[in-house]
Amino acid sequence: MVSFFDYAIEILPEMLSGAWVTLQLSVVCITVGIFFGMILGVARVYSSKFIYWIVTAYVEFLRGTPCLLQLFFIYYGLGDMGLLLKPILAAGIALGINTSVYQAEYFRGAIQSIKPGQMVAARSMGLSKWKSIRYVILPQALRLVIPSSSNEIIYMFKYTSVAFAVGVPELLAQADLTGAMNFRYFESYVVAAIIYTIMVFAVAKIMSTIEKKVTIPGLQLAQ
Amino acid sequence: MSTILEVKHLTKKFDDNEVLKDVSFELKKGETLAVIGSSGSGKSTLLRCLNHLSPPDSGQILLEGVNINTPEIDINSIRADMGFVFQDFNLFTHLNILENVMFGPLRVRGLSKKQARQIAAAEIKRVGMIDKIDSYPAQLSGGQQQRISIARALALKPKLILFDEPTSALDPELTGEVLSVMTALANEGMTAIVVTHEMGFARSVADKVIFIDQGLIVEQGEPKIMFATPRHERTRLFLSNFVRLE
Amino acid sequence: MEILRILISELPQFAKGTLVALEVLAGLLIVGLVLGLAIALAEIFGNTLIKFLATTLRKFLWAIPQLVLLFLVFYLPFDLNRMLAAIIALGLCSSAFQSQIFRGAILSIQSGQLEAAKAMGLSKPKIIFYIVIPQMIRLSIGPWTNEFSSELKDTSLAYVVGVVEIMRNAKYIIAYTYGNTAAVYLFVGILYFTLTRIGTSFFYRLEERLWVPGFEKRSG
Ligand SMILES: Nc1ncnc2c1ncn2[C@@H]1O[C@H](COP(=O)(O)OP(=O)(O)OP(=O)(O)O)[C@@H](O)[C@H]1O
Ligand SMILES: [Mg+2]
Repeated sequence: MVSFFDYAIEILPEMLSGAWVTLQLSVVCITVGIFFGMILGVARVYSSKFIYWIVTAYVEFLRGTPCLLQLFFIYYGLGDMGLLLKPILAAGIALGINTSVYQAEYFRGAIQSIKPGQMVAARSMGLSKWKSIRYVILPQALRLVIPSSSNEIIYMFKYTSVAFAVGVPELLAQADLTGAMNFRYFESYVVAAIIYTIMVFAVAKIMSTIEKKVTIPGLQLAQ
Repeated sequence: MSTILEVKHLTKKFDDNEVLKDVSFELKKGETLAVIGSSGSGKSTLLRCLNHLSPPDSGQILLEGVNINTPEIDINSIRADMGFVFQDFNLFTHLNILENVMFGPLRVRGLSKKQARQIAAAEIKRVGMIDKIDSYPAQLSGGQQQRISIARALALKPKLILFDEPTSALDPELTGEVLSVMTALANEGMTAIVVTHEMGFARSVADKVIFIDQGLIVEQGEPKIMFATPRHERTRLFLSNFVRLE
Repeated sequence: MEILRILISELPQFAKGTLVALEVLAGLLIVGLVLGLAIALAEIFGNTLIKFLATTLRKFLWAIPQLVLLFLVFYLPFDLNRMLAAIIALGLCSSAFQSQIFRGAILSIQSGQLEAAKAMGLSKPKIIFYIVIPQMIRLSIGPWTNEFSSELKDTSLAYVVGVVEIMRNAKYIIAYTYGNTAAVYLFVGILYFTLTRIGTSFFYRLEERLWVPGFEKRSG
């Protein structure tokens, strides 16, 4: 036990630098994910038939394939075709794209659960379709989407660990590295697990605080 | 007639709230006992104490002379002998009507499927629902669901049945169909305790009425007499609400 | 098209990898189901201590990334077969999600029905077996299908501990043919997509078959 603590302290600097990369990567891909998720979600509800089908096919296909595969496609696949991205960039893009299609589904659900009367009321005041979406639908959807969206955010935060597979020096990769250097894999992973747990609980706490802050009485996701 | 149930000095508290204070009464085989009283007076609690859905604090409950308010008693076998009919029916959503009524004989009594089906069919017929045997609870009206829940209670062949406001969740017309089933059962000799706000039923069907107020039995007796000449001011006040309505 | 010829000649390999992925999937779903159900029942029906233990376990399993748990199990001080390690680790993670699904389903069963069963003289285990579980299955099959498809994709994580599943197949093929990386991964994407669709449509159909009036139908 003592030796575990000594070891944990010893590798802590490396592990924390990994945690810092994890944090940065998460912020990037979660932001990308929410932004594109919102656009895709709106497109799936309000766009023309043609765009609707393209967006639906895109979202459904990506939702049917593993994140690791998407990452390998962007890093190795595009690299093979001459577009070699830095691992961190490839991971940011791949994970961002991955999480965006899930966010898109949550946005779609949120938008569809807003009563049709809201749109009718906005249009009848003379607002254009896009302005109605921008000023009436989206502000409500953004609040409605928070619970499912925040689950996705937490999920993605954990899932950034797949970036280790293309050599991003995030927390899991650092555990792997320190484990290999000291031949103490198991203990390194225990330290990683502890740091992840603390971070995930913190993220969850932040998300639930946000959830509470922005609730509006009477605005609820339809079942 | 032999005494089936004797309740002596029953008390029940929720935290500091004394809901039942020293309740005593008895019930003979084949009798229908109506329990009346205003909302919050402790009627449901009394029924729920009898079969230990809410365990009483003290007092005796003698079922055919055996005190069942002791820790040694196997409460599940007692419950099987006391049917319970709820205000909101509580039929099992995932089972059809036949399966709902078969459930007790099959899973509680441990009878064979064939026996259970026979009993269930007979009880469903008794409440006039044999044509709905394959339906699911969600496909029935409230009145029909309540009739099935009565059949479900009967199928256990209980010694007595406890009804907790069986018609309170129903429209007046549906109330009628349930009350007529209950009246028929009372005439056939079912032993029952019925908590009800249906004063017509209490007056004309019940053999005995208990008026309960703030956890105490204020007055008990024959319905015709009690409704005509209540002895206590509180009973008079309570009953006057209904006289005006009827 | 050279790549098509290669992919066709590698189909038997992919079939093997798919089979391995499906074995991992079945294993982890069973581990997740048994443990998830146990956690859900413990959290709802257990006493204070059991509740606390179950909740704590669920929260930790939920917070640790699959890959970290995968390596933790893989590097346990005793030797575990790779596939077994993957099944256990991914199953543990899945149990946290499955327990939430079951818990939600159980809590949405009308409490009156449980009370009615109790009032009939049914023991607690019998109530759980005859009332809670049958209704829970119908109420949870929708969200469970999502978990299924999510875990189907996550069998790809077993790649990192060297289980020869679909991703590993792809890696081998890429390694000895050159310049086909994107095409091979695209093919693998279609493979996963097809598997996901087949799986979910199976569960949709199962849900239809189990449906009885009174349970909400999933819109789609
Ligand atoms: N589980 C409980 N916990 C705490 N208090 C309770 C509980 N059940 C009932 N009570 C309280 O006991 C009192 C009597 O309730 P009870 O349900 O027996 O009344 P009732 O006569 O059946 O009324 P109603 O006609 O509205 O059904 C009420 O004050 C109620 O708040
Ligand atoms: Mg009541």
